[in-house]
Amino acid sequence: MTALAAPPTPPPGTEDRPRRSVRRGSRAGRTMHGGRLSYAILAVALLFSAFPFYWTIVAASRSNADLAKVPPSLLPGPNLIRNFEAVLEEADIGKALLNSFIVSGSITVGTVLCCTLAGFAFAKLRFRGRGALLAVTVGTMMIPPQLGVIPLFMLIAELQWVNQLQAVILPGLVSAFGVFFMRQYLVQSLPDELIEAARVDGASTARIFWSIVVPIARPGMAVLGMLTFMAAWNDFFWPIIALSSQNPTVQVALRQLGGGYVHDQSVIMAGTLLGTLPVLLVFGLLGRQIVGGIMQGAVKG
Amino acid sequence: MTLTATAKAAPPPPPGPPAARPSAVRRAWRAFSPYAYIAPFFTLFAAFGLFPLLYTAFVSLYRVELQTPGDMEWRGLGNYTALFTDEFFWMSLRNTFTIGVLSTVPQLAMALGLAHLLNYKLRGRTFIRTAILLPYATSVAAATLVFAQLFGRDFGLINYALGLVGFSPVDWQTGTVASQIAVSSIVIWRWTGYNALIYLAGMQSIPSELYEAAEVDGASRWRQFLHVTLPGLRPTIVFTVVVSTIGATQLFGEPLLFEGSISGGIAHQYQTLGLYMYEQGWGFFHLGRAAAIAWVMFVLILLLVGVNALIARRRSRKEAGR
Repeated sequence: MTALAAPPTPPPGTEDRPRRSVRRGSRAGRTMHGGRLSYAILAVALLFSAFPFYWTIVAASRSNADLAKVPPSLLPGPNLIRNFEAVLEEADIGKALLNSFIVSGSITVGTVLCCTLAGFAFAKLRFRGRGALLAVTVGTMMIPPQLGVIPLFMLIAELQWVNQLQAVILPGLVSAFGVFFMRQYLVQSLPDELIEAARVDGASTARIFWSIVVPIARPGMAVLGMLTFMAAWNDFFWPIIALSSQNPTVQVALRQLGGGYVHDQSVIMAGTLLGTLPVLLVFGLLGRQIVGGIMQGAVKG
Repeated sequence: MTLTATAKAAPPPPPGPPAARPSAVRRAWRAFSPYAYIAPFFTLFAAFGLFPLLYTAFVSLYRVELQTPGDMEWRGLGNYTALFTDEFFWMSLRNTFTIGVLSTVPQLAMALGLAHLLNYKLRGRTFIRTAILLPYATSVAAATLVFAQLFGRDFGLINYALGLVGFSPVDWQTGTVASQIAVSSIVIWRWTGYNALIYLAGMQSIPSELYEAAEVDGASRWRQFLHVTLPGLRPTIVFTVVVSTIGATQLFGEPLLFEGSISGGIAHQYQTLGLYMYEQGWGFFHLGRAAAIAWVMFVLILLLVGVNALIARRRSRKEAGR
């Protein structure tokens, strides 16, 4: 995962709550209505951000010959299914999709679990070396993991994991950002009194974790899960090193498509569309929460 | 970095009141059990995060071949001297820098403008925010394949559109400046909306009293933006500059897939350091030399982040002294 893929912004800070009430009150910027010009500029921006998607659909539903025509056709054509079939056959996108689901799903579940456990310990448990360990974790948050790929590859080769999915899954579980995110979330939303009360009642830490911490942490876990899934699905650098076209994820298959292996542009676009659809679907369903997660995460650098 | 500072500054939770006299075994377990909670993360972190990062420096001093990664032969600083005498290294360093500037500056400037607009009261603002973030959900690979098509020399839509307004077609692949602009535009497309939302969040945490006071003083909207919004956003801006700088330093997928070649164009005209590292390691099988490049990138990132922090501190001190 690149540093950018998982937004390394600090998560909900303590100032979040008062800020929300301020937001609802009269804010100079907010109470000013946008003028026509604002809408016009925003419309152009939206057009730019949406056009490549539209173009993918157009190109994926035409034929290669159509794409070489002048003037180009700007409306979808009749070839979508045919191109899907072609790309499923030529680049094995079906297997790639399945692999990507396995990889991204495992990484998401594992990361959320590991990070919630560690985030809880850092937020609410006292132990020797806590400060130092947290400092190491946060300190490496900004260092791109791409810089460690050579020893990582040597390690994977030593373990005979090249071309196997666990080579992508296990390193994908390491998310310093996630630990910090869950810690901040729990510091803010889990009252100490709740834990103390449970302790007085004789509950063990494990019991406290499952019956108190997890239910409270659930919204934070959901945001972390969404961001992790998207980042894992879109991860590019490490998968193309650890896997090959025999056992690809979607991104590895797309690289194959773009590497001159298939010449039909409309088939390449059909593959791109298939590989992007799942994450667009997640985004369509949960886009608002993702926007909220990113904005909450951006409180203060 | 501020991140580390806030993390360290967080006060430890107050000690809980002694529970109903736990037994010695239970007390020992309670002292030990926190480590069980961080163990899964730190085991993975040590094996797949920290170890590879540190070991890179070690590997960079050896000759290691891709096919036989177990055999290591001492080379001292040989990988580094080989690097510094390779013209393509310097070229990729320069390309990384120019593409970094070409992609980061317009991206952050546009994001700032968009955030300003998004901060107005707008109809359908949830929709607008979500739609503007859509490119962020796309993978590098997918985005680059689509843009490579749009930037096609003969049948690309962009050259067609340029033709409509009277420009002659641009060769987006072979021209140095043209190809770097094309590669940068992919980065700009994917990240502008994301940064706009980060700026928007920062703008919303600026207290409204500051705007009201500025209004009382008769400041125009533009002056309010200059003297209230921008200073209030400084920490956010520093943060986005740092993150974008790190991202630009390791740019890889866009130049790789723009034409699908690992040399970044026939004349290496848009090969970045990340791509150069991949070419050395997985194109030419020199893992040791690739490790040296990774280490150079690491030092470069530290330098750039340091410079950023220095400038930010200087500026805020100047501000305080005013």
